[in-house]
Amino acid sequence: MTNAQGTRFGGYSADTADIADTAAKPTGSAAIELSEVARSFDDRAVLRSISLVIGRGELFGLLGPSGSGKTTLIKLIAGIDASPDGQIRVLGERVPSLRLLSHIGYMAQADALYGELTASENLQFFGAMFGLSGERLSGRIASSLSTVGLTADAGKLVSHFSGGMKRRLSLAVALLHEPELLILDEPTVGIDPVLRVSIWESLAALRDRGTTILLTTHVMDEADRCDRIGLIRDGLLTAVGSPEELKTAAGAATIEEAFIRLGGGEA
Amino acid sequence: MRIRALTVRIFRQFIRDKRTLALLFAAPLFILTLVYFVFGGGGTVPKIGAVGLPESLVQSLSVSKADIVPYESADEARRALDRRELDAVLSLSAGKPALLLEGSDPSRSRAVLLAFAAIRGPAAESQVQPEVTYLHGKAGMSSFDSFGPVMIGFFSFFFVFLLAGVAFLRERTTGTMERLMATPIRRYEIVLGYLSGFGLFAIVQAALIAVFAVYVLGMYMTGSIWLILLINLLLTLTALTLGTLLSAFASSEFQIIQFVPLVIVPQAFFSGLFPLDGMSPWLHKLTYLMPLYYGGDALRDIMIRGAGFGGIAVDVAVLLGLSLLFAMLNVVALKKQRAI
Repeated sequence: MTNAQGTRFGGYSADTADIADTAAKPTGSAAIELSEVARSFDDRAVLRSISLVIGRGELFGLLGPSGSGKTTLIKLIAGIDASPDGQIRVLGERVPSLRLLSHIGYMAQADALYGELTASENLQFFGAMFGLSGERLSGRIASSLSTVGLTADAGKLVSHFSGGMKRRLSLAVALLHEPELLILDEPTVGIDPVLRVSIWESLAALRDRGTTILLTTHVMDEADRCDRIGLIRDGLLTAVGSPEELKTAAGAATIEEAFIRLGGGEA
Repeated sequence: MRIRALTVRIFRQFIRDKRTLALLFAAPLFILTLVYFVFGGGGTVPKIGAVGLPESLVQSLSVSKADIVPYESADEARRALDRRELDAVLSLSAGKPALLLEGSDPSRSRAVLLAFAAIRGPAAESQVQPEVTYLHGKAGMSSFDSFGPVMIGFFSFFFVFLLAGVAFLRERTTGTMERLMATPIRRYEIVLGYLSGFGLFAIVQAALIAVFAVYVLGMYMTGSIWLILLINLLLTLTALTLGTLLSAFASSEFQIIQFVPLVIVPQAFFSGLFPLDGMSPWLHKLTYLMPLYYGGDALRDIMIRGAGFGGIAVDVAVLLGLSLLFAMLNVVALKKQRAI
């Protein structure tokens, strides 16, 4: 396992190679296909040769410590970065593509809301960016607000919102245009446990309705709720599989242990 | 439709930010009023100490614009000059008048010399006095009237540059730019949305400054107020496009402020506030790069020389061209945020 760093998952020992195989087999047609994707900033490699297939309707979690390249990877997938090396296809289309952006809901780590506007004005604005208008826009605003439990606060200025409320509104913006693919960067950071449970319930419900969800997290118990997870460390995808598969492969009782063993760390 | 939504959003953000509104609308008027009181007076009346002068000479000096204070001794007058109670001391040495100037302020020295020149008048009365008329301006025009038009342009430019730069930057630092880039909006739509959203306030500001200067402060003005509005609008458009463009190269509000000495201050020097004739020719050519030079030039032509559209067409074209250039560069600079 010590040679895991610096090699791709083809180079793992037998049991992890099995996991890599399932990674290559998408459930149904692929929502996201990455082949040999690499990205560096000023000669510093942030992502190194990442290949991954995520099927439609999957809830996929990227698990890794901060600075491991999670955010860079999902930004590349969302198409809001310079073009990287390698190829990215999302929903069958080559990234970056302007048309594709209408089918993706993206939520960054920063809440990215306009504090001088009310919650519903924020939603109106982003809705218009996705070409929503009239009855459809107001219908979608109402439904997104109720998903995140902010219906009563629609008319409040966002600058008066608490951190958790902003996080929820940010999620509502990502849900607004009913995207086929939802990309969420640390969706539950700074949210209290009760709300976290309700957000995970909403995500599961969306997944059940066919939305593909890609999210990043560094909370291990959240990883357990994903259909599959990818372990990422120092810009390398070190293992991919369902939580159970990863635990079995690593001979570990918890995802945390599995992460330490499979991630190439010498805990 | 996206452009309209962006315009509406900027409008809403603006009207809820009362302080910024005040900066945009009240601050230029406040400073312009200050400038009016500082430079709007009819010029300084020099104070001249007279030592042992014949009564006739003192009288003729008093008639012209000078305050004459008689002194008994030269030493006494000299001490008064040291204490800066006087601007000059006039005495007779060897039968000829001698003038000692305090000299630290050129404008006061000039006022003294002017008053002194006037007393030679009676001696020259026999000679033919020219009849003085003004091609532009008028007798007794103050400095405020002369560089006021440039000031109008400067304030329109400065405040819009600052606000647009900071607003565009904040879009990046708060992450909303990234989120915007995750929507199917096109890069040019962002730039156009900002132009129309901010343009709305820029128009109001430009009109407010121009009307205030001309009708409230009574700045000298012979041309058309509409042409002034046009030039002011074009100047703010240039400020808007330049501010948003440069904000791409700043990573904090503080760095936007750092553009002020780099971009704004040199323009103030080259805008026509100060005469540039003494400058070396190659340096003088720098003026052609400065939006404020064209704005100031056109505003002066309109207000003081009564130029019509034909007289300022070149300035209009250059300002439009610069705005277009900056806007297009900004569309390209946004590639840093998203490749497409």
